[in-house]
Amino acid sequence: MQSPAIELTNLRKTYRKSGKGAGETEALKGATLSIPQGEFFALLGPNGAGKTTMIGILTGLVVKTSGEVKVNGVSIDEDLSLAKTYIGVVPQEFNFSLFENVQDIVVDQAGYYGIPRDEAIKRAEVLLKELGIWDKRKDKSMALSGGMKRRLMIARALIHKPAILLLDEPTAGVDVELRRGMWKFLRELNEAGTTIVLTTHYLEEAELLSRHVAIISKGNIVANEPMKELLARHGDKKLEDIFLEMTSDDPTP
Amino acid sequence: MSTNAMIVAFYTMMRKEVVRIFRIWSQTLLPPVITTSLYFAIFGAFIGSQIQPIEGFSYMQFIMPGLVMMTVITSAYAHVSSAFFSAKFMKSLEELLVSPMPHWLIIAGFVCAGVIRSFLVSVLVIIVALMFTHITIANMFIILAAGVLTAILFSLAGLLNGIFAKGFDGITIIPNFVLTPLTYLGGIFYSIELLPEPFRTLSLGNPILYMVNAFRHGFLGISDVSLWVSFGITGLVTLILLLLTLWSFSKGTGLRS
Repeated sequence: MQSPAIELTNLRKTYRKSGKGAGETEALKGATLSIPQGEFFALLGPNGAGKTTMIGILTGLVVKTSGEVKVNGVSIDEDLSLAKTYIGVVPQEFNFSLFENVQDIVVDQAGYYGIPRDEAIKRAEVLLKELGIWDKRKDKSMALSGGMKRRLMIARALIHKPAILLLDEPTAGVDVELRRGMWKFLRELNEAGTTIVLTTHYLEEAELLSRHVAIISKGNIVANEPMKELLARHGDKKLEDIFLEMTSDDPTP
Repeated sequence: MSTNAMIVAFYTMMRKEVVRIFRIWSQTLLPPVITTSLYFAIFGAFIGSQIQPIEGFSYMQFIMPGLVMMTVITSAYAHVSSAFFSAKFMKSLEELLVSPMPHWLIIAGFVCAGVIRSFLVSVLVIIVALMFTHITIANMFIILAAGVLTAILFSLAGLLNGIFAKGFDGITIIPNFVLTPLTYLGGIFYSIELLPEPFRTLSLGNPILYMVNAFRHGFLGISDVSLWVSFGITGLVTLILLLLTLWSFSKGTGLRS
C-alpha cells in the first residue's frame, strides 16, 4: 500500500517567548492529518491559525514540540534529510537573495539538492520558460515585479522535481490574469502526479483547484474532507460562509 | 544525501561565495590591502626605520607576519558573519535550511568561504609587503597550518556571531569592541618580552597572541611562546567554536522557530 504523501499525527507546536512579553503561544494543538499522494489539498484557516507553522515543520524550518510527521512514509525524526528531498516549498514571504540573478537563484537551489550544474541549467531553462520569466533570467531578483518573484519561487521549488509541492499563499498580491495562469500551471503539475498542498486566503481559488480541504482554526483541524462533500453537507452555502462559520469565535453574522 | 550529492552541494556553496567575493571585490579584497599598505608605510617604513632590529630582523620584517595574520582574522570573521547574517536577514538562508544538506555541510560551506577570502586577501597583502621588505620563510608548513587554522577559527566565530545577531549592529559589536583590541594587543607590533609586568603575563591570556606568534615562527623562526602551545590553544578554541556551532544548528537556536 502506498504511503500518504504527508501524515501528521497529534502534531503540536508551542512558541515560547522570553524576556519582555514572555509567554507561550500554542500554534498547533495536536493536528492529525493524512494527505494521499497525488492530491490537490487546500489547507485553509485565518491568519495565525497554524498553517505556516505546519508548513515550517514539514520543511524543517520550525521545530515541532511533539507529535509525528511523515513525508512519503519517512519520519522527519528518523531521516529529515531524505524527507526534505520529497518536498518543494513556495513560502509566503520572498526568501531569496535580492542581489542574485534569477537563473542563479534557481540553479544554485538545484545544487543544494545535489543536482549537477549542467543538469540544473537545463531544468531551470524549462521551468523559467514554462513560468514566463525566461527573459528575465539574467536580471537581479530585486528588479522583478511581485508576480514574477512568486513565479521565481515556484521555479526554485520545482527544480529538484519534488513529489510534494507546498504553496503558502502563492497568489497573494498577484493580478487576476497572472493568477489564472498560475492556476493552469498548478493544475497541470498536479495532473502530472505532484501532490499539492495549498494555503490561501482566496477561497474561490481553493474551491476551484482543490479536491480535498482541511480547515484549521487556532491550532485545531476543524474540518477535513473532500471539497465536494463539505460543500454538499452545507447545502447551498458558499465556501466562504462555511469557513467563517467554522473559524469565527462568534458564529452569529 | 549521497556523497556525490554532498560534493555538488558543497561546490555550489563555494562557487556562490567565490563569485560574491570577486563581484564585490572593492568591499572584500581592496580595503584590507589599503589598510595594511598604510600600516607598512607608517609603522614599517616611517617609524620602523627608527627602531632597533628585533632578534636580528628589521622592524618591518618583524611586524609583517602579524599584519598578514590580522587580515586573515578580520577577513574570515567579516566574511562569514556578514554573509550568514545577510542570508538570515533576507531569509535566503531558508534555501539552505530546507535543502537536504546536513548541518555540518552548511557550516563547512560558510567556513571554507571565509578561509578562501582570508587566503586571497593574505596573498595580496604579502604581495604588498614585498614592496616594502624582504620576506623570509622559515617553515612553509607552519605558515599554512597557522593561517588555515586561524581562518577556520575566526570563520566559526563569525558564523556564531551571525547566528546569534539580532540586527546588523550585532555583527559589528564584537569586531569593534572585542576583536580589534585583542588583535592590536596580540603582539603584532611588539614582542611581549618588551612588556613590563603585569602586562606581559596578561598578554598570555590573549588567544590571538598565540596565532600571531605561530605565524611569525613560520616566517622568521622566532616566537614569544612555544609553537606547540600556540597550536594547542588555537586548536582547542577552534574545536570549542565548532561544537558550539553544531549545537546551535542542531537545536535551531537563532535559525529556526
